[in-house]
Amino acid sequence: MRVVLRNPKRELDVPAPRNVGRLLRDLEIVAESVIVIRNDTLATNDEQLSDDDVVEIRPVTSGGAS
Amino acid sequence: MKCGRCRAPAVIEVRRHNAGYCRECFVRHCREQVRRAIDHFHMIEPGERVLVAVSGGKDSLGLWQLLRELGYDADGLYLGLGIGQYSDTSGRHVRDFADERGWTLLEIDLAAEYGFDVQEGSRAAKRAPCSACGLSKRHVFNEAATRHGYDVLATGHNLDDEAAVLLGNVLRWESELLGRQHPVLPAAPGFARKVKPLIRLGERELAAYCVLANIDYIVEECPMAGGNRHLGYKNTLNEIEERSPGTKAAFVFGFLERAHARFTVEVDDARDELRPCALCGAPTPGDVCAFCRMRARAVGEPLGVRSNS
Repeated sequence: MRVVLRNPKRELDVPAPRNVGRLLRDLEIVAESVIVIRNDTLATNDEQLSDDDVVEIRPVTSGGAS
Repeated sequence: MKCGRCRAPAVIEVRRHNAGYCRECFVRHCREQVRRAIDHFHMIEPGERVLVAVSGGKDSLGLWQLLRELGYDADGLYLGLGIGQYSDTSGRHVRDFADERGWTLLEIDLAAEYGFDVQEGSRAAKRAPCSACGLSKRHVFNEAATRHGYDVLATGHNLDDEAAVLLGNVLRWESELLGRQHPVLPAAPGFARKVKPLIRLGERELAAYCVLANIDYIVEECPMAGGNRHLGYKNTLNEIEERSPGTKAAFVFGFLERAHARFTVEVDDARDELRPCALCGAPTPGDVCAFCRMRARAVGEPLGVRSNS
């Protein structure tokens, strides 16, 4: 499956793990800090993944100290 | 996972609420949270005109859309900060968003209006870029709201922003800043009322709302913000939240309910000492406000001499 990461934008090809939550843990990404978009729709942590999927892991943490 | 409200397939889980939501129920949840915040803190009265400070990011565009969906008379204000391609892209997102909906957008360009951009202000005032940016935004937003006759200035600060600022203020016991940290700052001579209607929504919820509501926001982070202390606090809080969902909300709302009032005396004292800035008229504790001092240094003018060009 293809994984799209942002800031900076880059892509990884990884074997599909069991589900979204496992993918985040494998990549050591804190789930609270991202949303996951699979094939253009939001995906919850328990959703199953397959090798055909394109998954974007989009960070949500933003902003300066203003 | 099923939606906790209607049992349809969920598209997002919010562990703080121990709930999953389908698209329709999640959009309704976001509206309800904004409505509750506005009502609880008496942010906006019926019929008032609202100016929303919009940056092109998920929070401010999401806020503008949520306020309009809730029936508020809300216009947008975009401040061009002169941060290279990032500002070009963020401005395009804001203009496209407003054009598609036919909503009124005010635009101010910092360099064209005041003669300097954020980077020049940062260097001249020897402030961190985020500090120069924040100072500029606070000044220009307030000036625009009062000049154009808006009753309320709304900003997209969310629960994560407030939790991170609170953590920073507590770690250094910034008592005056703690007294000012509230989702409503009432109007006063020279100050528009300022409100933060997103205080009950986390930034993960805002990002999800924008995706589900087809709001095309700028995903890229500001190149000036990387590695700043505020982002470090957010990352720390997210790690705590991951292990203990609800901690950020308990931190912020516990402070507002049980501790904030203990710090307001210093704010009241500070407000009593404000007088009009000799250059722009904005309230300031000194002769010339911090924004005008930064501007004078950035454009190379001695204080007190402002050209009309």
